[in-house]
Amino acid sequence: MSERPRRVIPLKVEPPSSLSAAERAAVDDSCERLKDLPGALLPILHDVQRRLGFVPHDAVPLIARALNISLAEVHGVLTFYHYFRKERGGRHVVHLCRAEACQALGAVELEAHAKRALGIDFHGTTADGAVRLEPVYCLGNCALGPSMMVDEELHGRISPQRFDELIAQSRANGAAPPSAPPGAPPPGKTPGKTPSQGASRGGAA
Amino acid sequence: MKIFVPIDAAARSVGADATAAAVSTEASQRKLDVTLVRNGSRGLLWLEPMVEIEIDGVRHAYGPVGAQDVPALFEAGWTTGAAAARKHKLALGPTEDIPYLKRQQRLTFARVGITDPRSLEDYLAHGGYRGLQKALTMQEAQIVEAVTASGLRGRGGAAFPAGIKWKTVLATPSDQKYIVCNADEGDSGTFSDRMIMEGDPFVLIEGMTIAGLATGATRGYIYLRWEYPDAQRALEAAIAGAYAGGYLGESVLKSGKRFDLEVRMGAGAYICGEETSLLESLEGKRGQIRFKPPLPAIAGLFGRPTVVNNVITLASVPIILDQGAAHYQNFGMGRSRGTLPMQLAGNIKYGGLVEIAFGMTLRELLYDFGGGTLSGRPIRAVQVGGPLGAYMPESQFDTPLDYEAFAALNAMLGHGGVVVFDDRVDMAAQARYAMEFCAIESCGKCTPCRIGSTRGVEVIDRLIAAEDAPKQEALLRDLCETMTYGSLCALGGLTPYPVLSALNHFSEDFVKPRRVQASA
Repeated sequence: MSERPRRVIPLKVEPPSSLSAAERAAVDDSCERLKDLPGALLPILHDVQRRLGFVPHDAVPLIARALNISLAEVHGVLTFYHYFRKERGGRHVVHLCRAEACQALGAVELEAHAKRALGIDFHGTTADGAVRLEPVYCLGNCALGPSMMVDEELHGRISPQRFDELIAQSRANGAAPPSAPPGAPPPGKTPGKTPSQGASRGGAA
Repeated sequence: MKIFVPIDAAARSVGADATAAAVSTEASQRKLDVTLVRNGSRGLLWLEPMVEIEIDGVRHAYGPVGAQDVPALFEAGWTTGAAAARKHKLALGPTEDIPYLKRQQRLTFARVGITDPRSLEDYLAHGGYRGLQKALTMQEAQIVEAVTASGLRGRGGAAFPAGIKWKTVLATPSDQKYIVCNADEGDSGTFSDRMIMEGDPFVLIEGMTIAGLATGATRGYIYLRWEYPDAQRALEAAIAGAYAGGYLGESVLKSGKRFDLEVRMGAGAYICGEETSLLESLEGKRGQIRFKPPLPAIAGLFGRPTVVNNVITLASVPIILDQGAAHYQNFGMGRSRGTLPMQLAGNIKYGGLVEIAFGMTLRELLYDFGGGTLSGRPIRAVQVGGPLGAYMPESQFDTPLDYEAFAALNAMLGHGGVVVFDDRVDMAAQARYAMEFCAIESCGKCTPCRIGSTRGVEVIDRLIAAEDAPKQEALLRDLCETMTYGSLCALGGLTPYPVLSALNHFSEDFVKPRRVQASA
């Protein structure tokens, strides 16, 4: 091999980031604590979402770097699982069950009521930022449906009236598990994978 | 005196925490010496929150007890078993005499609702870890043989003989083997895994430890769905207790054999209940299914031999070791041995958990246990075995609960969930939902499932709209055949079950214009 002058290609070691210092610290800390677990990616994503309320776009390169995998791999996993949220929004997350056992007790009507009462579709966040509505396919409370989960609290036998009460309570509680820093982009509504058409048909009318 | 208020998520979903708080407050105001125990649920879910008072070693049940009922019950003297309390409208008598419970054969659920799920001492006092003690005196192959002889089949739904899986893992040499518990209980209408993890988590830990001893696996994972935060707390507390007690770790009960265990959380993908998707997910990847072979028993988690069993399967192992394979094998019918925890759900009057030997008919379960619908209207259809299970009409209610009997009807017992619908159900909508669900949850790896499910929704829409209905029906049946035989796993392969059963048994619901005219 002949000696040739080596050209140094500048490596961009620091991924561009719009994360706040606190968010950045949280993501780094999650990565640092969990990266050595076998199959660490899901535990890291869970940890980031638990702390920030969602997994910010700019967390992806940091996680990829910590695990020494590609951006595409992290992005692929992040977008595969319904539970991971990709955008900020909602001080409280309401998961409303759409599955068969709840359908047998009027979940389709409850879903319509919920969307009307909150003025949003699934994956949307109310204008006041209080509530984000997500569908869920079974909460394991099938003998006491219809069921919903507010943050991590399970509630059974939900009537439209009970739904309204629980939402009012959540709004009154105010305090959010993950806090959104000021200047955060407004919560966006993402087109969900869930066809909303199904809501208008079926169920015990 | 002991008062039991369940900590089970279903009980909490209807106010058990408030009831427990009211019991504490009232007892301290009355200066009564009361020990409040947060037990698992007995499974009589329509009675939750069901409170039990232990008097002279006998537990008396009251339910459903809301927080507002608590002062009156103290006033009536429920802590002393006073006549006024026994006549109270919420009094149910001695718990063990409640017919719903008395008629059951609880093997796997023997301790659920009885013990404090956080207490290792309680577990030991109720026969816990006897199976492990016995397993530690046995050779690996003998443990596998006991599980094979018991006739235990995978309770997750596929009903594959557990002993054969274990034998394969035992016979495959490797530097590392794994025990993976599939706790991704995604089927609507099922909650038996959740109840056992919340109500008796040690039995699952013991079952997994025995599986480790039997196969030479030293590391276990419980893959738990995120929707079960209560189960996560219960499992993590129990695992910590088992480590502290020397039941997990580098030398299980000083045997020199290692077994480590941890809980991993899923993230809302139904497909991760399929064992190879689950393994991908545990490895930190998208939950896409793998081609088989190789079987997970030969090349599973991180490419190593892996036992993947459902929660109930693993939780049934301790009693098999403790009481002997013959004891378990004695229950059941045909090739379905032992008991199956059935779950009565949906529009049902007495919903809950019914653990019973295979062989009882669906009708007995629905009416003798379930008491018919909650709405009081006639039962029109029941879906057995989750979202991939067939919708069964009244004419099939005399089918015995047996894997083969259900398979003969193009139905499946699956994980034992029974979802009841009354006569207001629109079966065309249910068929459409089955396709829609498949489209939402498909992992995308194979075309029949990924594309077929979306096309299925469209075809059903056109069928209902009566756009050349005979042609649409032929197309739907053809599509279902493609999905059945062309899909890589059970999601695409079994979605035709609910669709075709709805079409075959409830065809009148698909003829929309006529129905609309009839009701107009």
